[in-house]
Amino acid sequence: MKLSGAEILWESLVREGVTDVFGYPGGAILPVYDAMLNYPIRHTLVRHEQGATHMADGYARATGRVGVAIATSGPGATNMVTGIATAMMDSSPIVCITGQVGSRLIGTDAFQEIDITGITLPITKHNYLVTSASDVAATVREAFLIARSGRPGPVLIDITKDAQQASCVFDWDAAAPVFSGWREAAPLDPAALDAAAELINTAKRPVILAGHGVMIAGAESALRALAERAHLPVATTLLGIGGFPASHPLNLGMMGMHGEAWVNVAIQESDLLIACGMRFDDRVTGNLKTYARGARKIHIEIDPSEINKNVPVDVALVADAGDALRQLLHRVEASDRSGWLARIADARGDSAVRDIQSLPDNGHLYAAHVINDLWRAVGAGDTIIVTDVGQHQMWEAQYYHHDRSRSLITSGGLGTMGFAVPAAIGAKRARPDAEVWAIVGDGGFQMTMCELATAVQDGIHVKVAIVNNGYLGMVRQWQEFFYERRYAATPLSGPDFVALARAFGIHGAAVSTRADVLPAITEARRIDGPSVIDFRVEQEDTVYPMVPAGADLDAMIRRPSPIVESASD
Amino acid sequence: MTLHTFTVYVEDRPGVLNRVSSLFRRRAFNIESLSVGHGETPGVSRMTVVVATDEGGATRIKAHLLKLVHVVRVDELTDRPSIVRELALVKISAGHDNRAAVMQLAQVFDARVVDVAPASLVVEICASESKVDGLLDVLRPYGVIEAVRTGRVAMARGSLSAPGAARAEAVVDEGIAYSV
Repeated sequence: MKLSGAEILWESLVREGVTDVFGYPGGAILPVYDAMLNYPIRHTLVRHEQGATHMADGYARATGRVGVAIATSGPGATNMVTGIATAMMDSSPIVCITGQVGSRLIGTDAFQEIDITGITLPITKHNYLVTSASDVAATVREAFLIARSGRPGPVLIDITKDAQQASCVFDWDAAAPVFSGWREAAPLDPAALDAAAELINTAKRPVILAGHGVMIAGAESALRALAERAHLPVATTLLGIGGFPASHPLNLGMMGMHGEAWVNVAIQESDLLIACGMRFDDRVTGNLKTYARGARKIHIEIDPSEINKNVPVDVALVADAGDALRQLLHRVEASDRSGWLARIADARGDSAVRDIQSLPDNGHLYAAHVINDLWRAVGAGDTIIVTDVGQHQMWEAQYYHHDRSRSLITSGGLGTMGFAVPAAIGAKRARPDAEVWAIVGDGGFQMTMCELATAVQDGIHVKVAIVNNGYLGMVRQWQEFFYERRYAATPLSGPDFVALARAFGIHGAAVSTRADVLPAITEARRIDGPSVIDFRVEQEDTVYPMVPAGADLDAMIRRPSPIVESASD
Repeated sequence: MTLHTFTVYVEDRPGVLNRVSSLFRRRAFNIESLSVGHGETPGVSRMTVVVATDEGGATRIKAHLLKLVHVVRVDELTDRPSIVRELALVKISAGHDNRAAVMQLAQVFDARVVDVAPASLVVEICASESKVDGLLDVLRPYGVIEAVRTGRVAMARGSLSAPGAARAEAVVDEGIAYSV
C-alpha cells in the first residue's frame, strides 16, 4: 500500500491511539493538514502554537496518554518552545509535529526555515528531522515510545515538506522501533530493597516525600498501602498533589517554599526521608546544607540522573515508583508511630489560628477565600483544576484539597505563566465528562486569553476563575519582602474581563465580595458553555508561609498571628 | 575535581556528536578533551571524553549520557588500567643551523620527523598527554610555528567485551536500571 508521508503520519498516529490533536496550519505543514481530513482525528484549532503545546500537555497530564501538538515551520515551531520546555520540566509526555521546508532548502535560510531540532535539543527527550516519507512511520513509533516510557517527556518530529508529499509503501509492522540506546529497566536489587526496608523499620521520625512520579507511575494505591502499613506521614510536592488523598489523616500537605510550617518542620526534624518520584527541586529543599540534616534518605526514582543530584541519598531505588513501593510493602513492618505523628500534630500549633479561613469576614475578598469556596463547591465531584503560575497557584495548593489523582494540573518546574487556560482546554478535551476549572491570575490570563476563542469555536466548556489583584502578585510579594516595596513593573491593568468574555460570546461575571463567590460559581456551573469569573481580590495580599529562596527550610516567614498581634497592641 | 575519562559508544548518525557535546554544556560540565572516530563495530562511533569533575558528577554524566537515545554504551576508564594516547603535529622553525638539535630532541621523545622544509620541520608524536606537553616545552625555544593535537583516545587494558555483548552487563553492574 503506497501512501504519502502525510498519510503515513496520520496512519501512524491513529495506530498509536491518537484521537485528538491541537494545532495551527501553515505552509510547510499543509500536506499533513490536507491528509488529516481523511482520518478519524479531532483537530482543535488553537490561536497560538504555545497554546497547542500546553493543550497537549494538559491532555497528557489529565490522562497519562500522549498529547499531540502540530505546527508549521519557522515561527509556528518556535512558538512551541515554551510549551515543550514546560512539558520537559514536568515530565509530561507530548509529541510535537512541525512542518519543515523542503529538504533541499534546509540550510539556505529559506522562508520560514528554522533549525527547530537544534533549538529544542536541550528541552526534548529526543527529537527528529525526517527528510524521507519512508522514515515517518518508524519515527512516530519511536517518538511515542520515548515520550511515554521511563520518565516521560516531550519529543519533537520535524518533517520536511517533501517527506510529507513523497509516497512510499506503508508497513506498520516493519516500522517497529529498533534502536540500540534502548535500555530495559533492570530488576531492583533485593539487597537495596532490604536496606530501604530496614531504614523504614528502624526509623523513628520518617516522612514520605511524594512527587509527580507517583501519579505518572500509577502508584497511588501502592503509596497509600505502604504509608498506612507503617504509619508514614506523607508530604507532597506541588506536582505530587493528588497522588495521596488530601483528606487522608497521614497527609501533611505540600512541602517547600510555600508549604505549611508543620510540613517543613516535620521534614527538618525527620530521621528518614522516603522520596518517591520527586527530584529535590530547590523550591522543595531550601538551603541544601541544612536540609533534613538528621535524616537518612531513600530515593525511589526512575531517572538515574536524578540520584544524588541535589541531595545525597543512602539508598537509591532506580525503578518505577509502583514497582518499588509494592516490593517494599511486604518488607516493611506495621508500626503505629503515634509519638512522631503527635509531634507533627503539635507542630501545627497555632497554624489553624493563623489560617485566613479562621479569620472573621472583614469585608475584603481574599484569593484564599475564593479558592476555598471553589473547593467547597466543586471539590467533591470529578473536577480537574488547572492553575497558572504565581500567588494563586500557591493558594490553590494550600486551600483546595485534592483527594483524587490527576485532579490538579499546574506548571511546576518551568513555572510557565499563560499555562492554565490552554492546559485546561486540553484537559477538558481529554476528560470531557470532568468539570474543568482554570484558576489564573490577571497577569497569566492576559498571556494566553486568546485561547478562549479556541474554547468557543470547538465547544470546549472550561470555566475560568481569574484571581484578579491588579498586580503580578508573586513578583510584587518578592518586591515587598526583598526589594523594599519598590514595585517595579508589577502593577498591572487589564481589560474589563466580563466585557471581554461577552466579546468572545461567553458568560462572564465579576465578583468583589465573599458573599457573591458561591452564587457566581453556581451560575458559571449552570451555564452550558465556557465561563469567565473575574474575582477582584485584595490587591496586596501575601502567600504565607514563605521560605525565602536559599534559606533553611524551617526558616519560613509565617502568617501574621492575630493572637500575637492583638496581644502586642 | 579530578579528570574523568569516558569511552562513549554512539550510533553513527547525523547530529549525535552535537547531542553529546550539548549535554555537557547544558549540565555545566567542561570538556577537557573530546575525540570521535570509528571503533570496532560498523555503524557505531567511539568517543573519548575527558571531563574535570568529582565522583558524583562523573556518575551523573554517565547517567545523563545513557539517557541519550543514540548512546549505546558508556564506560568510565578513570580508575581502570588503560592506555591513553594523543597525536600531535608540531611545526618548528628550524634551518640548517639548528635542524639537527631539533631532530635529536624529537628522537628522545620517540617523535618522528614527517616533513622537512628549508626553514621548518614537522614533528609527529603519539604519546600520553604529559609526554606531548613535554615535547612542546622543549621545542618552544626553537620557535613553534603551529601545533595541532587530536585530544585523547583511550582504551582499557586487558579484555573488555564488545559493546553489543556487554550492554546488559554494563547496565546491571552499575546498578543503574534504565529505559529511555
